[in-house]
Amino acid sequence: MLKPESLLCPKPDGLYCPPGDFYIDPVRPVDRAVITHGHSDHARSGHHVAAATPETLAIMGERYGQDFAHTVEPIAYGQTVTRNGVEITLVPAGHVLGSAQAVIRWKGLTMVVSGDYKRRRDPTCAAFEPVPCDVFISEATFGLPIFRHPPDGDEIAKLLKSVKQFPERAHLVGAYALGKAQRIIMLLREAGWDRTIYIHGALERLCALYQAHGIDLGPLAPATTDAAKGQFAGEIIVAPPSALQDRWSRRFPDPVAAFASGWMRVRARARQRGVELPIILSDHADWGELTDTIREVAPGELWITHGREEALLRWCELQGIKARALALVGYEDDEDDG
Amino acid sequence: MRAFAHLLDRLSLTSSRNAKLVLVRDHLANVSDPDRGWALAALTGELNFNAAKPAFIRKAVEARVDPTLFRWSYDFVGDLAETVSLVWPAQPGANREPELSEVVDALRSASRAEVQSLIERWLDALDPDGRWALLKLVTGGLRVGLSARLAKQACADLGALHGQSVTVAEIEELWHAVEPPYADLFAWLEGRSDKPDADHPGRFRPVMLAQAIDEATDFPKLDPADYAAEWKWDGIRVQAVSERGVRRLYTRTGDDVSGSFPDVVAGLEFEGALDGELIVLRDGALGAFNDLQQRLGRKTADAKLLAAYPAGIRAYDLLLDGEEDLRALPFAERRKRLEAFVARIASPRIDLSPLQPFETWDGLAALRTEPPEGDARLSEGLMLKRWDSAYEAGRPKGPWFKWKRDPHLIDAVLMYAQRGHGKRSSFYSDYTFGVWREDAEGARFLTPVGKAYFGFTDEELKLLDKFVRDNTTDRFGPVRAVKAGVDFGLVLEVAFEGLQRSTRHKSGVAMRFPRISRIRWDKPAREADELATLEHMLD
Ligand SMILES: [Zn+2]
Ligand SMILES: [Zn+2]
Repeated sequence: MLKPESLLCPKPDGLYCPPGDFYIDPVRPVDRAVITHGHSDHARSGHHVAAATPETLAIMGERYGQDFAHTVEPIAYGQTVTRNGVEITLVPAGHVLGSAQAVIRWKGLTMVVSGDYKRRRDPTCAAFEPVPCDVFISEATFGLPIFRHPPDGDEIAKLLKSVKQFPERAHLVGAYALGKAQRIIMLLREAGWDRTIYIHGALERLCALYQAHGIDLGPLAPATTDAAKGQFAGEIIVAPPSALQDRWSRRFPDPVAAFASGWMRVRARARQRGVELPIILSDHADWGELTDTIREVAPGELWITHGREEALLRWCELQGIKARALALVGYEDDEDDG
Repeated sequence: MRAFAHLLDRLSLTSSRNAKLVLVRDHLANVSDPDRGWALAALTGELNFNAAKPAFIRKAVEARVDPTLFRWSYDFVGDLAETVSLVWPAQPGANREPELSEVVDALRSASRAEVQSLIERWLDALDPDGRWALLKLVTGGLRVGLSARLAKQACADLGALHGQSVTVAEIEELWHAVEPPYADLFAWLEGRSDKPDADHPGRFRPVMLAQAIDEATDFPKLDPADYAAEWKWDGIRVQAVSERGVRRLYTRTGDDVSGSFPDVVAGLEFEGALDGELIVLRDGALGAFNDLQQRLGRKTADAKLLAAYPAGIRAYDLLLDGEEDLRALPFAERRKRLEAFVARIASPRIDLSPLQPFETWDGLAALRTEPPEGDARLSEGLMLKRWDSAYEAGRPKGPWFKWKRDPHLIDAVLMYAQRGHGKRSSFYSDYTFGVWREDAEGARFLTPVGKAYFGFTDEELKLLDKFVRDNTTDRFGPVRAVKAGVDFGLVLEVAFEGLQRSTRHKSGVAMRFPRISRIRWDKPAREADELATLEHMLD
C-alpha cells in the first residue's frame, strides 16, 4: 500500500500534498492553499488560489479585504473537487462557522485533516462529521486529561446567576472574536437572555457576517457609547479577551471580568489574567472528545498537528494506536482562541 | 456539595470584599440547614479535617489514571487537589452526589480506613468543582482568602435581608455560644426565633479598636484635657476572661488561644474580663516581640518554652468586674476600677499599662519620639482614649486613637523589577518585594507585599539594575522576574508609614508609602521577614 507521506507531508510552510500540488492551512503565502477555517493562524492572506468553504472565504474577505487571494475557489460541504487526480472533499468540523475537515483521497488512500474541531453541539455552525480514514490528522490544543469541558448550559447558567447576584455591576465577557463571541451570544439567547447584548467594536463586523448567514444573534448594540456608566449595570458585554484589562473596560461600572475559554478550566490561568468569573467554553475538542474521536474514526494511523501532542501520543501508545507528532509550527497554542 | 463547591470556586477568584460578602450571604440565604451551617463552619475555620494525606490521594488517582499522564497534568496545573479533581475519571451515575452535611457527618464519625473508601466514592460521584472542594476540605487546605470576620459580616447581612438589624459585633459576641451547623443562629437572623442565649460563662466580648490619628487634621480639633494617654505595647491584643470557673484567652477577633498560653490561663485568678496586651513578661520587664513570636502559632507549649518565654498580660481595660459589666461606664471610671482590680489580684503575670500624664499635644509628641529608658522604648507608640468613652465594639471614630511611631522597617526580598520613568526609563528602578510565608506542606515561599522606587544614589541604582539583569528568570512586558528563593535573593530594607488589610493583595496586607531605605547586600534571603511579622503590625 501507498505510504501516507507520499500524499501529505509536513513542510516548513504547512502540510503539503505533492501529487495535488497544494498546501493545507499554510502559514506563508503559497500558490495553492486549501483552508480549513477562518482563524488567522490557519487562514492567511496572499495565496494565489485559496480554496475553502464559502463561509470561510467570506470570513477571510471580512478580515483581510476582498483581495486576500488572487483567485478564490469555494467548495461547499460535501462537494468534491479533483486536482491532478487527488480528490478533495470538505466536511463540517464543528469548530466555527464554515470550518471544515479536508478529506483527501488518492489511489485508495484516505487522509483526513481535521483542522481545529470540537464534537459538542454549537448553534452557530454545522456539527463535526466523522469520516473513516487511513490517517487522521488531529489537533491537540487540549490534549491533557485535565481538560474536560463542562456542559455549556452549566457555564451559561453560572454567568446568568452572577448577573442576577450582582445587578449593579456590568459583566464583561472576553470571547475570541470569531466563533466564540457569536456562540456565547447564541447560548445566552437559548438560555432566555433576550436583553440587548453590548459588543466591543472589534466584534461588530463578524457578528454582522454571522447574522447575514442566518444566525440570529438577537438585539446587539455597540458598547462604545458615551452613555452614563450606570447604563451598563446588570448588562452583558462581549469583548475580545485583550480588552478585559484594557483602558476600554474602565467605562463600565465595577465590571465582573469573565472569560470564555477552555483554558479557564485551570484556576491559575484565570488568576493570571485577573478573571473573576471563568466560563469554561471552548471551540476545541477536550480530552474526552479527542480520544473518543480517534476511537470512532479508527484510523490506521494518527498524526498530530499542534497543541499538547505528548500526552495524546502517550494515550495512543497505551491504546496500541500508531501515532506521530508533526510538530507543525505557526499554529498558535493561543490563550485567546481556546 | 455542589452549591458549596461553586461558592468556594467563586470565592477563590474574587478579591473584592463586597463581592465576597454577597457570595457568602446569598449562599446562606439560598441553601438550607444544615448544609449552609457546615459551609459557614468551613469558611470560618471551625471545621478542621485532616482525613486524607496528599500521598493517599496521589495513590488513589494513580490507580485510575496513567501515572505519566497524571504527572504531566500535575506539572501543568501545579496544585495537587486541583489536578486530581480534573483528571479523576467521572463515573456518572455511580453514586449520588453527597451533600456537604453528609460529608461532614461521615468525616466526624468514620474510622480512617472507612474515610478513605468514602472519599474515593465521593470523588467518583462529584463533578470537578465538587471534587476540588472535597479535596480541599478533607486535606484541611480550605483557603479561599476569607476572614472569619467577613463570614460573620455575611451573617449580619443575611439578617438585613430579613429586615433584622444585626451588627457583626453581635454575631461575634454570640459566636462562642452557637455551634455548627448554627440552626439557632440562622433562625434568629431570619426572624423565626429569638436571639440565641449568649450568656454563657467565659464568652468573648467584642473588642474596641482605635482609629489611626491624622496629626494634621485631628489634633487641632482635640482638647488634651479630654484624653488619657498610654503606651501602645508591642504584643498581641487579648481579652482574658475568667467567669464562673471558665477561663479563656481570646485574640481581638475572638479566636480562642488558651491552648497556646497555659501559663497565662493558669494565672487568671480572678472573676472578670480584662482587655490587655499579651507580652513576654520577665520579672516585670517586657520582652521584645520576637520573644513572643516563639510562643505564637503553637497549639501546645512545653515546659522549656514556658520557662524561656514566660507570657503575661499588661492590662488596658476592665470589661467585667465580678459579675458587673463595666462596658457602659466612662473610661475614667473603668480605669479606677482596673487599677484596684490589678492591685487586688497581685499576680506576677498581670500588670497595669501605666497612664502617661501630659499637658499639651506637643509635650506628648516629644514623649512619643523620645520614650524614657525601659519598656517604653519597645512600645509601638501611644494610645489616646477619651476619659468619657464607653467601651464600644468595633472601631468608632473619635473616642480612641492610636499614634504609632513611624516609620516601620522590614526586610523583604526583591521579586520583580520594572523600568522606571523619565530619566530612569533605561533602568530597572521600580521594585516589587516579598516576605516569607509557608504553604500547606510547610515549604517557605515569597509572597509580594509591596512595590516601591528607591531614593538610591546613581551608583546604587546601577548596581541594582545590573543585579536585575543578571538574575532575570522571566519577563512580562516591561517587568522582569528576579531570582529569589531561600538560598538566593537580594534583601531590601523597606520603610513604610502604615499597614492595612487588603483583599486586593495576595498577602492580605497593603503598605502605606513604602520606600526602599537600604539595600542589604549582606543579608541572606532566608533571613528576610515573615508575613506574620507584617500581620502583627496590622493591629
Ligand atoms: Zn481555530
Ligand atoms: Zn488552531
